[in-house]
Amino acid sequence: MPATESYPDDLRYHREHDWARVDGDIATFGVTWYAQDSLGDLVVYLPPEEGAEVTAGAEYGELESVKAVSGIVAPASGTVTEVNQAVIDAPELVNDDPYGQGWLIKVRLSDPAELGALLDATAYATHVAGA
Amino acid sequence: MPVQYAGVIDEVRAVRTAAGVFDVSHMGQLQVGGSAAHAFLQGVLSNDLDRLAPGEAQYTLLTNERGGIVDDLIAYRREGGYLLVVNAGNRAADVTHLAERCPADATLVDESDAHGMLALQGPESLALLAPLCEGIDPLEAAAFTFAEARVAGVPCTVARTGYTGEPGVELICPATEVVELWDALIGAGAVPCGLGARDTLRLEVCYPLHGNDITEDTNAIEAGLGWVCARDKRFTGSDVLAQTISDGPRRRLVALRMDEERAVPRPGCPILAGETVGVVTSGTFSPTLQRGIGLGYVPSALAEPGTAVVIDVRGRTRTAHTARKPLYVKET
Repeated sequence: MPATESYPDDLRYHREHDWARVDGDIATFGVTWYAQDSLGDLVVYLPPEEGAEVTAGAEYGELESVKAVSGIVAPASGTVTEVNQAVIDAPELVNDDPYGQGWLIKVRLSDPAELGALLDATAYATHVAGA
Repeated sequence: MPVQYAGVIDEVRAVRTAAGVFDVSHMGQLQVGGSAAHAFLQGVLSNDLDRLAPGEAQYTLLTNERGGIVDDLIAYRREGGYLLVVNAGNRAADVTHLAERCPADATLVDESDAHGMLALQGPESLALLAPLCEGIDPLEAAAFTFAEARVAGVPCTVARTGYTGEPGVELICPATEVVELWDALIGAGAVPCGLGARDTLRLEVCYPLHGNDITEDTNAIEAGLGWVCARDKRFTGSDVLAQTISDGPRRRLVALRMDEERAVPRPGCPILAGETVGVVTSGTFSPTLQRGIGLGYVPSALAEPGTAVVIDVRGRTRTAHTARKPLYVKET
């Protein structure tokens, strides 16, 4: 079942519709409810390699739905420590559970100060309401 | 029509297994009448209207002098004239093209704005429709026939046509009553479907999309539409097409099936065989086949079904094979 719209308070958000869940110097990245809803039924996830460097604001992978393709933007910079194999095998997990089972990569942050530039849930919800 | 309602995958499944309804009110309806209507259209449309009796319809092409395709459409023969259902995006170009060639004793009227149009498609669509119909039994109607009837009280042209490869009807009604008709079909159990599902369904059965797979610059024979180009009459561009047939087309529109499960060709992706030899004109992920599929032009030498090609998908090379059309064939 598709998820219902939500923007959890414990996440930080990038304007390009990506979220970060921070735990010390490790962050988990994914895309927001808004992003998956805009793309529709997802069928392909092309992730970065483990060990790859990702850069805040730059694309690190691709999500593809039946009808559209989108780059996935990193909310912060760092080194990829883990890729969610479950989403490679079943991209619809991002539609079903974008903040849980549908996470995309884990990253060892290189500059945690970058997180200060991200939006909180309220600001992001306002951003998408005006999008 | 939105891209999707519940989601493209669920909507495609509904049409392949039950019944879905599309609001195609954007499509154009042109009426051609007058004593010269038949002769006029025989000269500008590629298929042979002599094969139609009143109440029958056919898929046909509006061609230009170069053998290119101004539009693809369905011509419905009525007593005293024809209804042409044309692509929304080509409506203005069609009217211009037809008006320039219309003789004094034929009439051309664009009635598009007065009409709404819904497509009800899927293996259960005719059974779903039957109890709503007065005056006809859609279950008894043959493909490519049509009749006037009331559906849920709304006066409609009920045509056994569609763009999905499934049994179904297209319903043309007064624009003011299309919402009432839509609500009645949804109420009877049809699943609302959007543009995404429509495009995916037509691509699974390899129906070309004008603007992508066929254009004013694509030769009808190269596009694989020789079967709707009559050989024993003259129509606009028929001499060019006859020459293409005798020379053999230089390139052909082929069906493409990706080798890998999770690679999707998209319009504009180059097709490679050593070097770039062609281009993808339509592409999607097929929920029914669980595979990336597409249509594209390749040199005739590579058009044989089963030929290995490579498709450049945004810089990544993906292997594919040309395939027999249609890509999706219903199991019987």
